Order: sequence, then structure tokens, then C-alpha cells
Amino acid sequence: MNDRMKAWWRSGSPWIWLNAAAVSASLVMVIGLLILTAYNGLGHFWPHAVWQFDYRAPGDSQVTRLLGEVTDTEETTVERMQHAGVELPDDIGETLDRFLLKTGNRDVSGLDFRWILEPLIVERGKPRKLVVFERTEWGNFYGFLKDIKQDGNVVTEGEAAWMELQSRLEHVGKLRKQIRRIEKGDIGAVNYSIEQLRLDRRRLELDGDDTPDRLAELQRRRDALQADFVVLQQKLDAKYREMAGDSVTMTVMGGRDVDIPLSRIVRAYRPNDMGLLQKAGFYLSKLWEFVSADPREANTEGGIFPAIFGTVMMVMLMSVIVTPFGVVAAVYLREYAKQGPLTRLIRIAVNNLAGVPSIVYGVFGLGFFVYLLGGNIDQLFYPEALPAPTFGTPGLMWASLTLALLTLPVVIVATEEGLTRIPSSIREGSLALGATKAETLWRTVLPMASPAMMTGLILAVARAAGEVAPLMLVGVVKLAPSLPLDGNSPFLHLDRKFMHLGFHIYDVGFQSPNVEAARPLVYATALLLVLVILVLNLAAISIRNRLRERYRELEQ
Amino acid sequence: MSMEMKNTQGVESAVMPRSLGANDLRAEDHCIKVRNLDLYYGGTQALKDVNMDIARKRVTAFIGPSGCGKSTLLRCFNRMNDLVSSVRIEGRIELDGEDINDKSVLVAQLRQRVGMVFQKPNPFPKSIYENVAYGLRLQGVKSRRTLDDVIEKALRGAALWDEVKDRLHDNALGLSGGQQQRLVIARAIAVEPEVLLLDEPASALDPISTLKIEELIDELKDKYTIVIVTHNMQQAARVSDYTAFMYLGKLIEYDATNRIFTNPSEKMTEDYVTGRYG
Repeated sequence: MNDRMKAWWRSGSPWIWLNAAAVSASLVMVIGLLILTAYNGLGHFWPHAVWQFDYRAPGDSQVTRLLGEVTDTEETTVERMQHAGVELPDDIGETLDRFLLKTGNRDVSGLDFRWILEPLIVERGKPRKLVVFERTEWGNFYGFLKDIKQDGNVVTEGEAAWMELQSRLEHVGKLRKQIRRIEKGDIGAVNYSIEQLRLDRRRLELDGDDTPDRLAELQRRRDALQADFVVLQQKLDAKYREMAGDSVTMTVMGGRDVDIPLSRIVRAYRPNDMGLLQKAGFYLSKLWEFVSADPREANTEGGIFPAIFGTVMMVMLMSVIVTPFGVVAAVYLREYAKQGPLTRLIRIAVNNLAGVPSIVYGVFGLGFFVYLLGGNIDQLFYPEALPAPTFGTPGLMWASLTLALLTLPVVIVATEEGLTRIPSSIREGSLALGATKAETLWRTVLPMASPAMMTGLILAVARAAGEVAPLMLVGVVKLAPSLPLDGNSPFLHLDRKFMHLGFHIYDVGFQSPNVEAARPLVYATALLLVLVILVLNLAAISIRNRLRERYRELEQ
Repeated sequence: MSMEMKNTQGVESAVMPRSLGANDLRAEDHCIKVRNLDLYYGGTQALKDVNMDIARKRVTAFIGPSGCGKSTLLRCFNRMNDLVSSVRIEGRIELDGEDINDKSVLVAQLRQRVGMVFQKPNPFPKSIYENVAYGLRLQGVKSRRTLDDVIEKALRGAALWDEVKDRLHDNALGLSGGQQQRLVIARAIAVEPEVLLLDEPASALDPISTLKIEELIDELKDKYTIVIVTHNMQQAARVSDYTAFMYLGKLIEYDATNRIFTNPSEKMTEDYVTGRYG
């Protein structure tokens, strides 16, 4: 037995088992993480059943009717509840269940969520006619449809009202889209142009070139824009008036009637009356809204498209900045610099930079890039806008530069590694054909080292896309009014602030007015962030593999 | 090259004067002249007072035991030793009467005139076509037609054309070792150098590839001055007109190949070529 143990030990099996266990543990954790975020995040978009409870609250003789989604169930002890001062009947045993009910209707009842105790429920059911509204503000609304009014007069009542509501909502949705297009697109462009004219005028004044001719010309253009603006404003007002006329009367819990203007309603559905297919369709449309729409209600509703866009944009800019810098630095260190104590010191310093906490980079970015560089750029190139800063304030460019600095060591180290691995016989072969050192570098060495550079970039992208702390200091905001890329020249606005998925998670999770309602969004956003990083990485990896295939290293 | 020679194993039987009429060094036109050459790697001296003249359009072989400095000497001719920072050279090397270590000489231009092929085939990870075009592109040749012509000529010159003409744009790393070495030779002769330095060009190859390279050397010597370093004494005897025997950084004996192998004037040379040491 002892001998067999010894033989087993010597065969290396325990070591293999240990290795395999480590790999499995890592796999389980990664997969577990993905499943957890997916489960918690993606479930949110499914149309859950809405319950109607007749409930006798503790210490209340009256039965009240509650509507809402059950979002959490918990088992607790009677003793604990009684300890907390809740009066309970004696005959319910030792433990009881309690439900967390999302009752919505924040504007009516003031509370979004409330706990109810299972034994105190008198009657429960899932009424098929119960309607849920998603609104532009105040969160969800639960109630029963009573009638539809146009300019205060009842148009339809009862079951016919439901069909009427759907068609009117569709119309309102179209109007809302048109309004959005006018506000963000046309009026946005006019505002941008007017602002540019103001800056032009200020520039002329600063340069002392403000001759009456030029001022008149500016004024003329300004007037033209102003006229455009008035026309657009009238169009907009007409749309708003058209939208404002309709409203719907709802009966809510307690039997009260509430009037809600249709312009406030994004979506109306009856979850208890939907088939599986309908639910699936609803789910997909919600999911699409999540990735393609702007956020609503302090980021707790709607989509996160600006955050996705901002993240991808920033990572791409960062890549464009960091790759040339890192490669040039690595080429100098490896190919040109005299190898000695000084280069060794520099290399150690570069490696240590990778270990500096990222918030330190944020502080540096704010102090150096934003205030010093940005401030000076404003003085030199944008004096007309002062005292309002143009580049002297956190923005996309500074965030990208800060992250480029943060990921620079990774690119330098990977590129140096790649350069070292190129056999000297290749360099000699090139030199022997009459190439200078620079020609050898450009024509042979750098192309062959390009897969290593891409490896560096992949690591850099992975690190940069997940970074949040420094970004809070140098350009990320909770809600950016416009994307950094739009139709107004110069199209790419590096000075703008932007939204970011990582910061969005933090913001929704910790800074939101309604944390309970936003929690599923935290998971969904986290899952999306992982997906975005995955897509960015896969793109980089596929480029690297193509390069590798092309510059296959010598196999001898 | 005859069949008997390929089959010979012993050193003695391999020794044959292979080109009559090319056995008087002093009567030759000298392409490279080496005068009082000393070379130091840091503190150690690798070449000691070397003096030699290399004959134009002949094959000169350097033989000697490992570490005798034959490769170092070869690499002096195209200044490959410049890449080693600790190297110091004293003395004079002339190419067509011009001091190649002079400050006015551009190394890149020198290397276009003195091509080199290394021990291990080192094609670039590019297509066969681009490998041969490399030197031409460096010289700024852009015309597609010129490139096509020169590349075909070079590949024919290196006896590789028939094997690769249908896959010029395939990766050169897909070729066999022997083909790769001939490609490297084609790459070197595409820029039409005067001198071709071969640093043990066949030592990493199988016997058949070696034979092809040797035949190629024989063809190339009509156009180029060839200097070859080799470990293989039969090879030196087979391909070269003149042979230099080096030992511990010194040039011991330098003469027509047939005399080196049949009737050397130095005892050390005789011991080496008869296999008594080395």
C-alpha cells in the first residue's frame, strides 16, 4: 500500500490533479460570473406577472387592494417580526414568508416597493385586464384602464379603449420620435451654429478685426439662423400640442381614478394577458431598447447606448494613441539605446508604471492634461470661448490620453518582447543586402514584430475598457447631452464629455435615486461591458492571428 | 564534378586540382587586399596580422578548426563585424583599391557590392518574389517589369527558377532548407554584387542540397568573386581554386587548392588536411 502510494506520488499524478483542479476552479468562477450577471440582468426585461393582493396590513382592520410585481421572496420568523413591533395573529406558526412588492405608481402612493406578509393576504389573483405603463418619468404604473379622453372629453370606454389606446400610443410614439429628431438634430445644429457665430464674433473682437462689415455679416448669418430656429420652434410646438391632447384615466389600488397624459407613456401592456410568443417579442423589443436607446429617469430606465458608444470610442482613441507611442518607445529602447544600467533603469521604471493604481493616473491626467495642457490650449487656440473652457475641462481626448498613458507599459513590454524574439539572422540578412538599420527595421523587423504589438494592444484594450476610477476625473459623466460623434463639423468632438459603461454601473448601482429598481440594470450593464470588451478583444485577436499567419516566424 | 569525387570519403582522394590554369595566386587580378589586419573582440585578439589577396572571379575557401577566425575574417569584408559593439579593427582592407573601413564609405553601399550568405538559410517571412526583390527595392527599383526580369534572372542564376516559377508569391518559408538557401543566394545575386561571401552555406543542409549548392558555386564563379568558409575539407577541395588555412587567428598558409591539399608547405596545414587534428 505504502509502495503504491509512493509510486502514485512519484508518477506526478497529484501534481496533474492539482493543475486540473486549479483550471476547473478558474473556469467555474468565470462561467459562474457570466451566468450570475446574465441571469440577474437579462431577466429584468421579461414581462413579469402582476399580482393583485387583497391585504390586511398589520394593525389595520381594513383590507386594501395592492397591485404589483413580486420581485423578492424571503422567509422570516414570527418572533423577529413581532420584535420589530408588527402585530400578527397568533395562529400562523413559527415562520412566515414575506414578499417584496413593486407597486410602482410612485407619483400616486410615494413608494415604489413595499414588503407584505404572506399570512395577511386575504385574496390573491392575476387579473388579465391589469395594465402596466412604462412612463417617461415616475417609473412604472399599474392600474385598470377606465377610459380615454381627448381634450378632456371621453372618447372610448371599456374594452374598446384598450385597442384605441394602442393605436393612439403608436401615434404618440411617432410624434415623440419626430420631436426628438427636431430637438436633437435640427435645433441642435442651429444652436451649434449660433454658438460658433458667437465665438467667431468674439474672436474678431479679440483680434481687433471687428470691422462693421464683418460684424454685419455675422449678424446677418445669425439672423438667418434665428429665423430657421423660429420655424423649427413653431413646428415643435405644433407637435407638442398634438401630443398633449390625449390622456387616459386609470383606476388604481384603493379605487381612485388617475389621469395620465399619453405623452408621458412610453409603452402599455397587459402582462397577465400575454402569450409566450407575445412575451418573447416584448422581451426582444425591451432588449433592443436597452442597447439602442438613450437612458431615462436618471439612468434607471431606457437604454445605455451613449455609454456603449462612449466606451468603444474611448478605447479606440486610446488604441490609436498608445500603439504608435508604445512601439516607438520600445523600438528605441531595444534597437537604438545603448544597453546598460540606464536602459535597465528605464525598463524597471516602465514595468513599475504598470503597477501604479489607476486613480493616480486620473489625478495626473486631471492636473497635467486637463488643467495644464488643456488650459494652455484654451489660452492659445480658443481664447474667444473663455472663461468657458474648451479643452481645459475633462473630456474624451484627455480620458483617452490618460488611459493611453496607463496602458503604455503593457504595449512597450510586449513590443520589446516581440523585437527580442526576431532572430538576428533575419536582421543580418537584411543588412547584408545593403539595407541600413532603419530600412531593416521598417521593412522586416517591425512587420515581423507586429503580432507582438497586437498582443500588447489586446492587453491594453482589456485593461482600458474596464477602467473606471481615472475616468471619473478626466471626462466621464453621468449623463452626456450629446455623443462625441455627430453631424456638426468637425464631427469628432474630442472636447466633449462622454458616458462609459463602467461608470454607468457605478452610477446606477450607487448614485441612483431608486437603487432597488435599478439593480437589474447594474447586472445587465455589467454583462454588456463584458460583451463589449470581448468583442473589442476578439477583433484585435483576429487581426493578430492574421498577422501571425503572414509573418510566421522561422521554424528552424 | 565527377561521380568518383562524390563517393570519395578519405581526404587524400578528394584532393584534386579542379581548375587548371588557376593556380598561381600572384598572377591573378586581386579584388580584395588585406594588409596587417588585427581584430579584437574587447580584450581578446581574434585575427592576428592577416595579409592576403583574394583573386577576382575565383573561389577562395577558408578552412580551419572552429574558432580560428575564418568567419570573423569573412565578415570583415562586408563590415558585418560593425554590428558587434566591442569589435576593434586595425589594418587595412581594400576592395578594388579602396579602403572599406574609410569614414567616407557608406556601409550599406559596401554591402550591396559585397553580398553575403549565412550558415542557416534566413529568408524573410515574405513571398519568394519579395525576398528576391528586397535588395532591388532598397535601391529604389519600382518598375514591375524590371523587377520581374531581374528576379527571374536571379532565380535562374541560383538554379531555383524551375522549382518556384509557379509559386513566386507563396511564402518563402514553405520551401525546403536547400531551396531556401538557394533563394538566399538568388536574393544576394539579384543586386549584382562583385563579391559573394558564403559563410558555411551548406553546413545546415542535407547531402543532395549540399551538392546543388556546390554546383551552383561552380556556375557563379564566372561572374562573381566568391569567398567561402567551410568546415568540410572535401567541399573546399571540390569547389575552390584557392584555399586559406587559418589557425588561432593567424593565416597559416594560403595557396592554390591543389597545393594546399597535396603538397602544403606548412606542417600544421598538412596535419589539418590529413585529419590529424582539428
